[in-house]
Amino acid sequence: MGDLFTLPVLLGIIYSGIRFATPYLFAAIGETFSQRSGVLNLGVDGMMLMGAYSGFFVAVKTNNLWLGLLAAALTGGLMGLLMAVISVTFQATQGISGIGLHILGLGLSTLLFTTTMGGVGTIGGFPPVRIPLLGEIPYIGDIFFNHNILVYFAFLLVPVSNWILYKTTFGLQVRAVGQSPEAADTLGVSVKGIRYITVTLGGILAGIAGASISIALINVFQENITNGMGFIAVALVYFGAWRPTGVLFGSLLFSFVNALQQWVQLKGIPIPAGMAVMLPYILTIVVLAFSSRRISKPAALTKKFERGES
Amino acid sequence: MSKLLSNGQPQIGEVRAVGIVKRFPGVLANDHVDFDVKAGEIHALLGENGAGKSTLMRQLYGLYQPDEGKILIDGVEHRFHSPKDAIRAGIGMIHQHFMLVPELTVVENVALGLKSSRGFVLDLDVVEKRVCALAEQYGLKIDPKASVWQLAVGEQQRVEIIKALYRGAAVLILDEPTAVLTPQEVDDLFVTLRQMAAEGHALVFISHKLHEVLAISDRVTVLRDGRVVGKRPTQGATKEELAQMMVGRPVILQYDMPPLQCGDTLLKIEDLFVQGDRGVDAVAGLSLELHAGEILGLAGVSGNGQRELAQALTGLRPVRKGRVLLHDKDVTNASPSERMALGLSYIPEERMKEGAIRDFSVADNIILQDHHKPPYVRSIFFDFKAIKNDAKRLVEAFNVKTPTLDTPIKNLSGGNIQKLIMGRELWRRPSVLIAAQPTRGVDIGASEYIHQQLLGQRNGATTVESSVVQRRTPTQAGMEMREMLEGRREQCLATLLISEDLDEIRALSDRIAVIYEGKIVGIVDRNEATVEQLGLMMAGVRKEEALGLKKSGDHSEKEPS
Ligand SMILES: Nc1ncnc2c1ncn2[C@@H]1O[C@H](COP(=O)(O)OP(=O)(O)O)[C@@H](O)[C@H]1O
Ligand SMILES: [Mg+2]
Repeated sequence: MGDLFTLPVLLGIIYSGIRFATPYLFAAIGETFSQRSGVLNLGVDGMMLMGAYSGFFVAVKTNNLWLGLLAAALTGGLMGLLMAVISVTFQATQGISGIGLHILGLGLSTLLFTTTMGGVGTIGGFPPVRIPLLGEIPYIGDIFFNHNILVYFAFLLVPVSNWILYKTTFGLQVRAVGQSPEAADTLGVSVKGIRYITVTLGGILAGIAGASISIALINVFQENITNGMGFIAVALVYFGAWRPTGVLFGSLLFSFVNALQQWVQLKGIPIPAGMAVMLPYILTIVVLAFSSRRISKPAALTKKFERGES
Repeated sequence: MSKLLSNGQPQIGEVRAVGIVKRFPGVLANDHVDFDVKAGEIHALLGENGAGKSTLMRQLYGLYQPDEGKILIDGVEHRFHSPKDAIRAGIGMIHQHFMLVPELTVVENVALGLKSSRGFVLDLDVVEKRVCALAEQYGLKIDPKASVWQLAVGEQQRVEIIKALYRGAAVLILDEPTAVLTPQEVDDLFVTLRQMAAEGHALVFISHKLHEVLAISDRVTVLRDGRVVGKRPTQGATKEELAQMMVGRPVILQYDMPPLQCGDTLLKIEDLFVQGDRGVDAVAGLSLELHAGEILGLAGVSGNGQRELAQALTGLRPVRKGRVLLHDKDVTNASPSERMALGLSYIPEERMKEGAIRDFSVADNIILQDHHKPPYVRSIFFDFKAIKNDAKRLVEAFNVKTPTLDTPIKNLSGGNIQKLIMGRELWRRPSVLIAAQPTRGVDIGASEYIHQQLLGQRNGATTVESSVVQRRTPTQAGMEMREMLEGRREQCLATLLISEDLDEIRALSDRIAVIYEGKIVGIVDRNEATVEQLGLMMAGVRKEEALGLKKSGDHSEKEPS
């Protein structure tokens, strides 16, 4: 196994690990906001698919990647809004309505793709941007500072969302609504209003996560291109203990193991392909099983809220 | 313009509710209620659980809207669509169950929902300064940076008061503020309330504890079944009079205690050590013996190991060291069901967590422990007729008020849930009963009933019998109940009564053991120690010292009040 991990290989794995953490970061941080306010959105994957499709479609048709990104954000936001209507206003069971949205996104994106675009196509996605000075550092520059713009955005999202959650009035309201909605309500905080905002925001970020796959990382669209990434993102929120920094750590870990696994396959190492693909997922399950996060879990997660019931 | 209060708000002269009617599905919670509170006074709102006190106040606070009637502030009609409107009008409310977010700090809890001086960005440093200033002015000691879950109940209540003052409350409604406090914390609270009233705040004090109402209020309004049944100045009122207004019939506030008859040791605790949630020994070397036929009261300030002791005795918490003997059998590590089989019953402190399942029906809660045994199962199926039958008998025998047997138990009042749990436990014919805070948060009528039951069990059950036999012609239920009680008369139940309510302990116990930091400080006989002496022991002073202090005068109060 000695020649397996040469320096270029290691660098390649790190590079790709960072790169492919992008969709997880967008989706999982959006989901963090949603769950912090007490709504479990299991429809992330469907929202990502819709984002991936609409971003790809608009970018191809207009030849403008930014318009594609905007379309993805809007589509995701609409899906999030729909989730909020179903689970906050109509108080449907959150887990079930999320799965419904996933199926809707999966079906609709496939249908729209085959009717509007036909077969698989590719697109020239967001190009890598080498950051001046930092990008010149040997090795480091290549690995960390030569990515496309969405990768930078994803990592920037971590401190930004940390700041929003812990340093703003909105963030305080989100945390309170997810822990004790009754208490927030008696202080005149609109529990449902906050949940609408966070769930919609989660949808927008899921849409962007999808677009990051179709117009920035892989630059193709095909049926079910996310392949369950949205569900992994939900798991990463638990893994990250509902904190953006925890989510960052989880996304990177997951993405690195995934990159490693791909490398193992590429080298034709005699491990059954199925086993290798399963590796990151097994890791997720193991980590989730052993991390007891009951203390930080939003106490009102998945609970409906109606004034006067208690 | 009226004068400014210490929190910078203009005084409100009077809040008046006129002809308030509020209906819930199937319940007329407020029936043309008139109520008013004036600046500078403490107005007590007295009534049993379910009388409609909280509902009335929730309308003054904008949480509910009245179906009929209006709310006037200084003569001007106000309609509140949400608490925000009420807060803006200068009304603050402290809820029966604290409305705090445990994970947030004190300052964050205060800042929640307020506009920040920096717009979108929190200004916690500004809030903290004002919190400290208010705390100073009103004598409310608090650590602004602590997380709320770390605070004791009394401290959490101070946070609630500061929260209301910070929002500019000129009128403060306190919904059963003393229900969860220790005697010392109640004293502290009363000092604060008196100061606030003296300053010109208008205060509404809700309670069903008569001595507190008499001690703190200027006026009393009594609610029963949604209607005002009495209104008078507190001066000159007596407990008996208020209790009768509240319950609608004369109430026994003192109990007769026939002398002890039995005496075998049924439960023996030897040098017991039990760890608390934080890993330290909450029970540390405790020994105690419980005899047949006696009620042993365990007095102590909350958090001195009572909860852990009860859980260890019932098998819900592991014992680290020491032994527990039930009928001379070592049950130190036995499971709860093995202990039950040996005759142990438990009325838990947290009735909704350990005693009942919220969403289960009354009937299902009744058969909780025995649902897998005959007569409730035949082969592998439930015998619903047998279940209904027994549930009906129990509900009747123990005077549980419930619309139907299928009603989810969470819809019952605290007192009725407690009567049901107690009934279920006594129905099992235990020989040893652990009763933890049996009347906490329970109204006077139900408390009286529960107390009589406990006393009745002590020496042959007279009270249950009378309630069944007097009120009904001897139905089958009554006859069976009677047989069951005849059987128990020989048994002589041993009861360990764990309570933070000294009145309750003194009214019911044959002997009183005082617990402090997980150990027994001393055991006194029923009338051996005064309230003050018990208080000293609860603070850790040894029995000999505590009794030596005041023994000379010996004006031990006979009246357990
Ligand atoms: N949100 C609600 N929905 C239905 N019934 C309620 C609600 N709140 C209170 N009630 C009923 O109204 C009556 C008065 O309750 P409440 O005001 O809480 O009494 P109190 O505070 O005096 O104990 C009770 O019968 C209670 O069951
Ligand atoms: Mg109430």
